Amino acid sequence: MLEVRNLKAKVGDKEILKGIDLAVHAGEVHAIMGPNGSGKSTLAQILAGRDVYEVTEGEVVFEGRNLLEMSPEERATAGVFLAFQYPVEIPGVSNMYFLRAALNTLRKARGLEELDAMDFMQLVNEKRKLLGIDDAMLTRSVNEGFSGGEKKRNEIFQMAVLEPKLCILDETDSGLDIDALKAVAAGVNAMRSPERAMIIVTHYQRLLNYIVPDFVHVMYQGRIVLSGDKELALKLEEHGYAWLDEALERGELVAV
Amino acid sequence: MAASVKEAQDLWLDAFLEAEQRWRDTEPARLRKLRAEAWDRFRSLGFPTTKHEEWKYTNVAPLARTAFRTAEPAEPAAGVLPDSAVARLVFVNGRFEERLSSASWPAGVRAGSLRDLSLRAVVEERLGCYARFDQHPFVALNTALFEDGAVVEIARGAVVEQPLWIIHLAVPSGQPSACHPRVLVAAGEQSQASVIELYLSAGQGIFFTNAVTELAAAQDAIIEHYRIQQEALSAYHVATVQYHQGRGASILSHNVAFGAGLARNDVNSVLDGEGAECILNGLYVAGGEQLVDNHTALDHAQPHTSSREFYKGVLDGKATGVFNGKIMVRPGAQKTDAIQSNKNLLLSPEASINTKPQLEIYADDVRCTHGATVGQLDEEAIFYFRTRGIPRDTARELLTFAFAADVLGRMKVEPVREQLERELFRRLRPSGNRGEGA
Repeated sequence: MLEVRNLKAKVGDKEILKGIDLAVHAGEVHAIMGPNGSGKSTLAQILAGRDVYEVTEGEVVFEGRNLLEMSPEERATAGVFLAFQYPVEIPGVSNMYFLRAALNTLRKARGLEELDAMDFMQLVNEKRKLLGIDDAMLTRSVNEGFSGGEKKRNEIFQMAVLEPKLCILDETDSGLDIDALKAVAAGVNAMRSPERAMIIVTHYQRLLNYIVPDFVHVMYQGRIVLSGDKELALKLEEHGYAWLDEALERGELVAV
Repeated sequence: MAASVKEAQDLWLDAFLEAEQRWRDTEPARLRKLRAEAWDRFRSLGFPTTKHEEWKYTNVAPLARTAFRTAEPAEPAAGVLPDSAVARLVFVNGRFEERLSSASWPAGVRAGSLRDLSLRAVVEERLGCYARFDQHPFVALNTALFEDGAVVEIARGAVVEQPLWIIHLAVPSGQPSACHPRVLVAAGEQSQASVIELYLSAGQGIFFTNAVTELAAAQDAIIEHYRIQQEALSAYHVATVQYHQGRGASILSHNVAFGAGLARNDVNSVLDGEGAECILNGLYVAGGEQLVDNHTALDHAQPHTSSREFYKGVLDGKATGVFNGKIMVRPGAQKTDAIQSNKNLLLSPEASINTKPQLEIYADDVRCTHGATVGQLDEEAIFYFRTRGIPRDTARELLTFAFAADVLGRMKVEPVREQLERELFRRLRPSGNRGEGA
């Protein structure tokens, strides 16, 4: 589904991604872990089409198309979704209005009929229970005055309604209490399917107790230095990221 | 069309002599005297220049140089009147259109042309008593030259559900034409009503609308007043709204400026009785090379009065905005509570806004706060929209609409709010002809 080849990117003069290779197939859940500043959020944002980063080398192919040449809205239409690390507050636009506009824009672009208010409400009611989205959250302005946990739940709720093919979760677990974490994980797990892939960017192993990944990659200084299965996450949790430094010094790790 | 300032002033003199002659026999003596005084005042003030503090950013030289003739009678275009305007007075090029206006009015309301003999008493007693022209040349010019206008009298205790519309339609011709609409609203004690003034135009050509509205709310009256200006870009639109509020009177004022190449609005209120409350709600949207200038003045003349002011502007293209918000607290007007806010959204790097609060406080136990912001659309928010599939242009429209929508949200007359929401959307659409009159 997604093929990232030798992706290099910089912001200003600072090189952040130094050659990323990653293959994600339908049905797979990939976790990308790494210390702060390793470039994992940058990767997530580049995949969604953020233009503050300049891609200097490499390519990204999504379902046979050159993702890097597509606008963010084209990527969304193609099925890419980014759950933001810091969801943006949009005063004056109600959550419901926003979501319906997004869904109908996507449906229209995909040649589907737009949903009317009744059908949309039905869909919303179906999806919101798992994530504990109450009436107030639907009618309030997008993310405005939401707590950290509410914002993250709202991201996953949007994802559930928009039903993307590739879900990219950027540090969705940060700042969540255990109840919110469980709600988010339940929402994500409900969406796992053979047709859908997920990339879960996280600093901590904690979320991976609830969303069990098929693959775990460790990013460090702009590269994926280690890939493995879910056991790798446990190892990182046990040893901490300092262990990476030492392992690199000992020459035990190379970019994969 | 350009004439020297001298020639232009002579043309205004002709217009004045004409008006004086025409109304000599029918107008009450007080009004005839007022006209003459206003004319003298206009002659000595002249048109303002940018050296005047009140006109620093608004250059009216092109207007002053133009030789305007009094607008001729014209046929109104079909379909320009809003369907929701049921109880209405209609003026075309400043002349009362009886055929298009309501013949009957809700209980407690008397309304008509100020030439209507049945309204003569209120005109004779009140017209010109509120809008001062000693420092304002355009108010002086209007007072010297007005031909006709609207009078609405709301009886003591009347609660009027149906909104009362006053619609001014300009139909310009080949020659630059001028019109000086006049409105007088007198709301009795404990009355309650909504008055909607709508300024429209149909057709091409340069024209000048110089309007003055006086609205007096007696004790405990509750009045919602709308001023909606959607004239064509070929318009010069200068207007003064003067409110006078008695004890406990409440005014909710909406001022929407969408049209005209040059638009200047002065919205003033005198809170002249304890417990008076005034909310000034304003929205200006301009693009192209439009200039829109809002000057507001709240005169807290008595203790325990409060004012809230929310003005927002959206400026695109090379448009220029001006906001000057004056709050005056008179000596002894203790416990005045005034909050002013002016927020601006600049959609293009060439758009600009000059915003200034002007507080004059002569009492010591008061609360007066003000705040102004100037910002651009949030790129983060646009990116957020786009990652959800919403294209950039739509995202910009929605964000801009959201910025402006809370001003419309304060409007209580639903059909007006909805019509303005649609109009706002139309103007924000890049493909839409922003700035054109309705």
